[in-house]
Amino acid sequence: MVGLLWLIPALPLAGFLMLLLFGKRIGEPVAGWLGTAAVAGSFVTALVVFAGLWNEPEHTYSLKLFEWMPAGRFSVDIGFLLDPLSMAMILFITGIAALIHLYSIGYMHGDSRFPRFFTYLNLFVFSMLMLVMGDNLVLTFLGWEGVGACSYFLISFWFEKDANASAGKKAFITNRVGDWGFMVGTFATFFAFGTVKYVEFLPQASGLAQTTATFIVLMLFIGAIGKSAQIPLFIWLPDAMAGPTPVSALIHAATMVTAGVYLLVRVNPLIAASASWLPWVIAGIGVATAFLAATIAIAQTDIKKVLAYSTVSQLGFMFLAVGAGGYSAAIFHMITHAFFKACMFLGSGSVIHGMHEEQDMRRMGALRKVMPITAITFIIGWLAIAGVPPFSGFWSKDDILAYALHKSIVLYVIGLITALLTAFYMSRQVFMVFFGRANWGPSQEAELANKLAHETAHADGDDPADAEVHADAHGDAHDGHGVVPHESPRTMTIPLIVLAFFAATAGVLNLPFTEHLEFLNRWLEPVVGAAQTQLHLSGAQLTIELLISTVVALSGIAIAYAVYLKHKVDARRIELPLFANGWYIDSAISNFMGGLGRRAFEMIAHFDRVVIDGAVNGVARATRGGAMRLRSVQSGYVRWYALMIGVGTVAIVAFVLTQVSFS
Amino acid sequence: MSPNLPLAYLALSAILFAIGGVGLLVRRNPLVMIMCVELMLNAVNLTFVTFGRMLDDIAGQVIVFFVMVVAAAEVVIGLALIVAMARRRPEANADDLRLLRG
Repeated sequence: MVGLLWLIPALPLAGFLMLLLFGKRIGEPVAGWLGTAAVAGSFVTALVVFAGLWNEPEHTYSLKLFEWMPAGRFSVDIGFLLDPLSMAMILFITGIAALIHLYSIGYMHGDSRFPRFFTYLNLFVFSMLMLVMGDNLVLTFLGWEGVGACSYFLISFWFEKDANASAGKKAFITNRVGDWGFMVGTFATFFAFGTVKYVEFLPQASGLAQTTATFIVLMLFIGAIGKSAQIPLFIWLPDAMAGPTPVSALIHAATMVTAGVYLLVRVNPLIAASASWLPWVIAGIGVATAFLAATIAIAQTDIKKVLAYSTVSQLGFMFLAVGAGGYSAAIFHMITHAFFKACMFLGSGSVIHGMHEEQDMRRMGALRKVMPITAITFIIGWLAIAGVPPFSGFWSKDDILAYALHKSIVLYVIGLITALLTAFYMSRQVFMVFFGRANWGPSQEAELANKLAHETAHADGDDPADAEVHADAHGDAHDGHGVVPHESPRTMTIPLIVLAFFAATAGVLNLPFTEHLEFLNRWLEPVVGAAQTQLHLSGAQLTIELLISTVVALSGIAIAYAVYLKHKVDARRIELPLFANGWYIDSAISNFMGGLGRRAFEMIAHFDRVVIDGAVNGVARATRGGAMRLRSVQSGYVRWYALMIGVGTVAIVAFVLTQVSFS
Repeated sequence: MSPNLPLAYLALSAILFAIGGVGLLVRRNPLVMIMCVELMLNAVNLTFVTFGRMLDDIAGQVIVFFVMVVAAAEVVIGLALIVAMARRRPEANADDLRLLRG
């Protein structure tokens, strides 16, 4: 049964090829059903393989398809490594991907490039599976680049709008920085071990020199930072929301961005062998990212931007877990996060769909009455991410915080503050979108538009009249019919319900009360057991930690309730411009790159042109000039050659007679 | 044998060699140039024989036979080339052959 392993990536690949060749001909909606079927088939196969894996020794199985790059004693195979870690990844990737494919059939309805969307999605699922199943770093890198390319295609899917195209480019270029780290890490691994195969080099990790291990992990960590949107390379992820919402849910929340966490968990023996400050770096960057992104999320008005920064923040939590030695906690949070964040992203997509492409939360409100299913599922996702027991996010976040406390009280406190912020901004979103006053419809529409226009005009210091005109034009467009939100079709609500179910219950994977309930911990034991920090919490400690987490989550919700529903505090005192503009990191980067950085790079380009190219061209010019002069020697006159022979002979004889002594 | 006699032979061969060399350099007619080469070869032959006699060594005379064989082969090739050239361009001289250079 476990031998069916190859079918898991093969099905999405087949779906991709069929859609690539015949996508246009079969059109909507068959192309969508075909893509969904391919991924759903892959999920079913994964379940069968999972059942088979129970009987394998150590729950590990590897399959070599063929040799990819033979080079002397070194070779790279197309081979799959199935172990508890990759199995867990495969199950949730294919499962969520299948649901999101189904959702996309409804969401992308009527789009002119409907088949192409599913072509890319299937290619993405294939690449992601190669990433997690590959039995060596090079094959993982193949998947790594594949998901990066698909991410680029899908962010700029609606490339008619300039902003979307440049968001895609931003994601791609930022990821290149990380990819450089991954490549250097791979080379260093080969240099140190002579192989890039996980099963061959990971067991040798403990015998490696500490500096070498540190260097390899640091380089791979740079790769992970790029892919998983951590400081300083997180800037691409919020912009990536320019893509269609199912893409945001699948690629930029549930699966691709977790690849960095997967990579670090995969090489955990190397982390254990490296210098002791390295986990501190990982945990530090993780917790800093979590906090920074959470503060930015507080002040966003775009429904998807809030979720995007929230994703960055939650990924920071996963890195914190890795740094604190809680590898299973990182994977646990990755899985629960995939469920509740995908659920909420799809929910926001449903809202956007129902509001006729409106993404500004200030134009929403009271939507729970018109979109009941979306509202209920979104609320479940919200309770999960906010960390309200017994929803899944509570258990996974608390698991991470327990490891953080074991590492250092500072990490724990910052983590708690971030958890408070998380509960706050997610509640703010839910209250603004689903509760409160309805800010849509014919009358409110015009009124709000005017109000917003005034606000933005004041904030930006623009000419108020200008903004007024703009708002009026906007209002006119809607005046005739207004926005009438509606519930989404069934292809969209069914995935929401399934994801909400798992968002609520996925906590049972790893309940901390007794060892028997920690299914995920025990399942991952063969992969991460040796490097994992062992926590031995007493019952009292555990209860206190769980209580603190609960109080933090509930107080975050309570503050948001006071601010956004009871209006006890002016929201503008919390939504600082510093947060709304993302700590001005983006503009700082563009200022630097436009000014000083640009000049520096122009100097480098000048150096390249003059010195490097000059040297290369100079050698060529010197050779050419010398040859031009030398060719006159070859005159073609026989007597000239004869004379040369004569002169040469005389010269040699003269040299021999004068310089060589015969005595 | 007077002690000056070998010296006279050597001087003669030097003169012959010089005449052949200068002829090779200044003449344009291929046939004459081959004759000049022959002259130089024979001047060398004379030197070999003279030294062989002076040093009482038979090897000097043996080498002369080798040189004559090589010279015969060279003449065969040279004359064949000259005939081929003369058939095609009767008026051509050695300098005109520079058209053949690369």
